[in-house]
Amino acid sequence: MGKIKILNPGMMTTVQDLGRIGYQQFGVSVSGAMDQIAAILANVLVGNKDNEGLLEVTIMGPKIEFQDTCLVAITGGDLQPLINNNPIDMNKSVKANKGDILSFRGIKKGCRSYIGFSGGIDVPVVMGSKSTFLKAKIGGFEGRVLKANDILSIGNINTSINDLSGIQVPADFYNYGGKNIELRMVLGPQDDYFSQEGIETLFSSEYVVTNNSDRMGYTLEGPLIKHKEGADIISDGISMGAVQVPNKGTPIIMMADRQTTGGYTKIGNIITADLPKVAQAKPGDKIRFKKSSIEEAQDSIKELQNKFLQLDKEIKRQKESKREIIKTSNWDIKVNGISYSVKVEELKN
Amino acid sequence: MYEKTKYLVSGDSAITMEFGNSITDQINRKIRAVSLSLEKSNTEGIVEIVPTYRSLMIHYDPLVLKYEELLEKLKELEKNIDNIELPAPEVIEIPTLYGGEYGPDIENVATHNNISVEEVIKIHTSQEYLIYMLGFTPGFPYLGGMDKKIATPRLQSPRTKIPGGSVGIAGEQTGIYPIDSPGGWQLIGRTPLELFAPNREDAILLKAGNYISFKSITEDEYLKIQEELEKGTYKYKRYPKQDGGVNHGEN
Repeated sequence: MGKIKILNPGMMTTVQDLGRIGYQQFGVSVSGAMDQIAAILANVLVGNKDNEGLLEVTIMGPKIEFQDTCLVAITGGDLQPLINNNPIDMNKSVKANKGDILSFRGIKKGCRSYIGFSGGIDVPVVMGSKSTFLKAKIGGFEGRVLKANDILSIGNINTSINDLSGIQVPADFYNYGGKNIELRMVLGPQDDYFSQEGIETLFSSEYVVTNNSDRMGYTLEGPLIKHKEGADIISDGISMGAVQVPNKGTPIIMMADRQTTGGYTKIGNIITADLPKVAQAKPGDKIRFKKSSIEEAQDSIKELQNKFLQLDKEIKRQKESKREIIKTSNWDIKVNGISYSVKVEELKN
Repeated sequence: MYEKTKYLVSGDSAITMEFGNSITDQINRKIRAVSLSLEKSNTEGIVEIVPTYRSLMIHYDPLVLKYEELLEKLKELEKNIDNIELPAPEVIEIPTLYGGEYGPDIENVATHNNISVEEVIKIHTSQEYLIYMLGFTPGFPYLGGMDKKIATPRLQSPRTKIPGGSVGIAGEQTGIYPIDSPGGWQLIGRTPLELFAPNREDAILLKAGNYISFKSITEDEYLKIQEELEKGTYKYKRYPKQDGGVNHGEN
């Protein structure tokens, strides 16, 4: 089992997986990676299962020392990762040797990067998940953001590092993190609390991401969305990507660490396929909303699934083509009186 | 309660069933009935359900269950809801040490309502409180049914840290803080029970639709329960709620 040491934690680095499912009825937030597509890619590239624990880093990346040899992959927003001060590719698995230092030069595109480690971050599974839920101080590494000098364990690898290093995601697979973002939205559950004018404002205006944006939610600034009467409702459930509009009239997009329930009107919900765009938005980025039907939203999830199935095939192909045969030799051997003809392939590593 | 349940689109992976626009026992019973029969149905594609005061959010996986399919299933399930026999809700007893350093505001509550501290305790322990929903923080119960005779406004300035287990009153509501948190409730006592213990098999003690009752205990009993909890020998007191009207299987 390998270890990594945090030399500098960056702005906000936490352990996440795909979230704590099944506890919302008890008031426990789902948490998990904000950008689930990037998180899955990081895990796939290092041979982990999709839901393995990894690091989510925000805007300013951490500085990490590898205390053992490890396979890593960095996905999501481009914070310009470096190993020993040399740039490394995003969306590609890279072998890091004992003593190597991973750092980030600074933000180039997007907002959040994900660092996948072969074997995954080894932290206790709390209520079915490794995700950090900061408000309740549970999960992840001691229920908190990482600090300098933290030492984290990496789980055991089930494949060979050499088999996977250099595997990459095709360039057109992941493309989130623009400064002008269009988010598709399905109306409801409380769109009928808004005036026609309010709905028109929502779909015709540009909103700016404010500094008051974090893992709980993104507060936007822009033209006010008018209610018919008030914004208060009897508390009900809040799903990922819900767009809450309190009395003030500016929207808040509810994200991974959102409360499970709330008492403000929700005009609509960002569709699942567009949530990575939100996760990669940073203060100052501009957002426009576009109305979507539920059929379109669900079809786009199916498309994503198909894209990942294609990716599995592509990665398998890359792994196989790495098995370059340098030399073939044939041997005739005899074991316990039985003769065997054995073909040996020497592979390039 | 609405005559016809509203099915509200809540994004591409959740539906809200809204049963009314008020907080009533009747609506809560309906929510409990739908929740239990949904859980029992083991419908593939349903990820989790979140009951609240007057609605039920159903999170689902659209790759397994499309919106229209789920809608149809839910409507079918709702049609048969009155024929399903439900177990009586459970009452769980919350042993509580009232007053003193455990409940520093109990005198406020007594003074505000012109009654004695003993009467506050008597009134507070004489009800079975319906757990409408859990939220705000993990395991925090929104309770109904407090006697208005002990209603007291929140503190003028909230405390920065209230110890987990504190039992308090805010306006006409009573509640228990599951974890240390800031807050402005009038604290009248504390329970040694842990409402939220992330590493316990049942991480959350309470469940929406069930009831709790408070029982006054002495400091010795408080310490004894605490010890038993640590050893794992404490036996939670739970019993089926007695008074009728809650079983949808009847008639």
